[in-house]
Amino acid sequence: MDKVVIKPATTEDVDLLIEEYGYDDHFHDHHHGDKYQSNFISKYIFSQDHKMIARQFLITGMIWAIIGGFMSIIFRLQLGFPEESMAWLKPLLGKWIIIDAAGIGTLSSEFYYALVTMHGTIIVFFVLTAGLSGTFSNLLIPLQVGARDMASPFLNMLSYWFFFLAGAVMFASLFISTGPFAGGWTGYPPLSALPQASSGSGAGMTLWLVSLVLFVVSVLLGGINYITTVLNLRTKGMTMWRLPLTIWAFFITAVIALLSFPVLASGFFLLLFDRSLGTSFYLSEIFINGQALDFVGGSPILYQHLFWFLGHPEVYIIILPAMGIVSEVLSVHSRKPIFGYKAMVYSILAIAFLSFIVWAHHMFMSGVNPFISNFFVIFTLIIAVPSAVKVFNWIATLYGGNIRFNSASLYAIGFVSMFISGGLTGIFLGNSAIDIQLHDTYFVVAHFHIVMGIAAFFGMFSGVYNWFPKMFGRFMNETLGKIHFWGTLVGAYAIFWPMHYLGMAGVPRRYYSFDVFETFSHFAEMNKFITISAIVVFALQILFVINFFYSIWKGKKMTTRNPWGANTLEWTTPIETGHGNWPGKIPAVHRWAYDYGKDGKEFIPQIVPIGENEIEEHG
Amino acid sequence: MATHETVLEHEVNDQQESWEGGTPPFKASYGKLMMWYFLLSDAFTFAGFLIAYGSLRFSSPTWPVPDFVFKTFPFMGTKELPLIFVTVMSFLLIISSVTMVRAVQEGHRENRKGVVFWMLLTIVGGLGFLSCQAWEWTNLIGTEHMTVLTNPFGTHTEAGVYLNEDGTESSETFLPGKPYLLHKAGGGHGADAGHGEDAGHGEEAAHDNDGGHADEAHGTEPGDYKGYVVDEKGFILNKYKVTEGLDKGMIKTQEYGPKAFGALFFFITGFHGFHVFSGVIFLLIIMLNAASGVYTKRKNGYEMVEKIGLYWHFVDLVWVFVFLVFYLL
Repeated sequence: MDKVVIKPATTEDVDLLIEEYGYDDHFHDHHHGDKYQSNFISKYIFSQDHKMIARQFLITGMIWAIIGGFMSIIFRLQLGFPEESMAWLKPLLGKWIIIDAAGIGTLSSEFYYALVTMHGTIIVFFVLTAGLSGTFSNLLIPLQVGARDMASPFLNMLSYWFFFLAGAVMFASLFISTGPFAGGWTGYPPLSALPQASSGSGAGMTLWLVSLVLFVVSVLLGGINYITTVLNLRTKGMTMWRLPLTIWAFFITAVIALLSFPVLASGFFLLLFDRSLGTSFYLSEIFINGQALDFVGGSPILYQHLFWFLGHPEVYIIILPAMGIVSEVLSVHSRKPIFGYKAMVYSILAIAFLSFIVWAHHMFMSGVNPFISNFFVIFTLIIAVPSAVKVFNWIATLYGGNIRFNSASLYAIGFVSMFISGGLTGIFLGNSAIDIQLHDTYFVVAHFHIVMGIAAFFGMFSGVYNWFPKMFGRFMNETLGKIHFWGTLVGAYAIFWPMHYLGMAGVPRRYYSFDVFETFSHFAEMNKFITISAIVVFALQILFVINFFYSIWKGKKMTTRNPWGANTLEWTTPIETGHGNWPGKIPAVHRWAYDYGKDGKEFIPQIVPIGENEIEEHG
Repeated sequence: MATHETVLEHEVNDQQESWEGGTPPFKASYGKLMMWYFLLSDAFTFAGFLIAYGSLRFSSPTWPVPDFVFKTFPFMGTKELPLIFVTVMSFLLIISSVTMVRAVQEGHRENRKGVVFWMLLTIVGGLGFLSCQAWEWTNLIGTEHMTVLTNPFGTHTEAGVYLNEDGTESSETFLPGKPYLLHKAGGGHGADAGHGEDAGHGEEAAHDNDGGHADEAHGTEPGDYKGYVVDEKGFILNKYKVTEGLDKGMIKTQEYGPKAFGALFFFITGFHGFHVFSGVIFLLIIMLNAASGVYTKRKNGYEMVEKIGLYWHFVDLVWVFVFLVFYLL
């Protein structure tokens, strides 16, 4: 399969096409192109170039992924091997490892909860939101719509630095003496609202809130930029219906983020008031040690509503960019037009709309009215329709394709597998009646890890392998990439498949130890198996990180502009893409991004005009 | 793959709607669009707060009566002027939107002096609003003792009659829905304070008749007195006898109003006030820029004035909703 002859447009062809049809915005007449990159600080640190900001997001996200992933290894050790001594972790975790007289070290239960909470917060927000959407929206939006940069490069830079600041605050909270927040990544009151509720609810929670408010600012600055760039800075000929699906996905993701994150901020501000000024927005009639606290009339359910109004769209903020990347990668590497382009766009729009009216399916067991639950059940199940449309379209795109099985496309195919597996269990959980049994069990853990954790990571890996040459001018090692893929695919299923059975048997999530539950004792071996799988998968990610950094400096060099034979505009830029992306005119666009195998030609880039007798494809 | 020759033979076959270069696909500039998107997200932030307001208010059995809470006016003493002061405040803000429109208009005409003049008036309007809010807060916190933690604006839920100092029934009766304000012992409104300040008219006589209830006559130490209770915070909770319903004949004491009212009021009007305050700062910066001729050199002219104008109108619009939920409903 790898032997397919690719005939990339020669450099001269591309340049002539751009020169002939492109749009001259006199960009380089102003000579402001290099003002932004004149020295080390403005080029690598406070860069305003979207490509550099994308790399900053990616590498910061990777660092957070390693931290967040390693946390899961520690608490998996506790779950899989509760009898083993963890004294060897003492140098790293300090007082959170309690060593008894016999020299046996145990993980403090408080820190176990802190680890679970931080793992969730870090992976959801810092890795899969900032690391995924931040990286690829920044990299691809200006390049694929044919813009010099984002609408506001300055706000774009601020977006990264607010994210960095959010990360720094969160990181600091790991080291304070009372520990980081330990009340679950959703931050429900009263654990989050009462500083005295647990050790992590004090300063740790305050830092958690501050960090996430900064993060919301970062997301909004980014999102406003993405939307404006897509709508206003498209190049000549780039109509909305000619946008690659990546851009559609990033665009809709930014719209969702823009409408849902502010509501999270509202909820957080009210929570800050409850914590610091003693108001009762979320607190009511609470007793601690038999003493009634001075809180009246608040509603913890109110917080849950405000939180999940972001929280549910958030899962689509995570998964839509991955879907966009997968659509593009599958089409390019199966050398076929994406199947049902418009259906793909409409299903993204449908998912985006529905994502705003299903939030309370996270609250079926919080005491909301069962009749209201019916409403949310119906809309939740309707989301299966556009999701299924997308899945069938990906499979139909692959069907009969001349597929190149490289790391990028393997990860895209792996994404489809994960999305199906995790999506099907979503249908179980979306039913309020079945949710009575399954809520807060490992079934839920398995469901969301597969459908938005692993799947989104797969989309991200697919994007990294595919656009690595665009980012760094070199290729990642294919052999290591394939080991990484097959190991991660098998390992991820090995971790999460058994969790479904745990969940159906009623094993609750977030428990530190199951010692006292005789009924769960026969799951000890299964828990060991899950933990070992998790360690293997984590080790494979280290392999990816090594491959990534090795390839930045030592990878195979990119010799042609368009190594994958793709149609989109980013591959018409020079290999060393400078600030402003195109050295001369901006290319004009004449067709959609998916003319693969049309009229006997293997691929026809978007910059090639429609021929005389040619009929334009519209998906 | 099309070669160079084949490409040059073909005419550009663009669709009609595709961008022909020169102007962006949407009429608005990207800067204005970004402001619109920011305002959209900000609208959702306020929506979140107002939804929190609604949910807390409707889970509370009573809610303070706006006509009763917001009836003071500076320098007018104890005269009851329900909602007059907030009308002045709102009027200032709305007028400042009108002057903002004029500033934008002068910007389109490239009239530097006009822009500066009308922006100055807008700033004056904004500052006026902020000053009014400062007075309102001062009055509520300092004189009426409402804070984020305490809400002395209560409402009766049953009919009753107040007790006198000595525990006998007074002549002052009330019906359900009657609002009252709790006073601090030894402080507050002085001789005016009776059992409650009444929103209705024709109650003055009742006040005058039971002068014995004036604050100076109350015990100021926390404790249970015959006709009233002084709690640990120093508030006087008058006792009353229920005259109708299931609890008829029972002696009860006044209670605080719903705690959420004070917290929500200060939080939401404060958040809005912060928006006005930032708006004034930005207006000031842009006005100084305009005055020093920065925008005469710019390609897009006075667009900054337009952008801050969008923000200013938005802040106005939000006030309409804040006004609605706190002062009218």
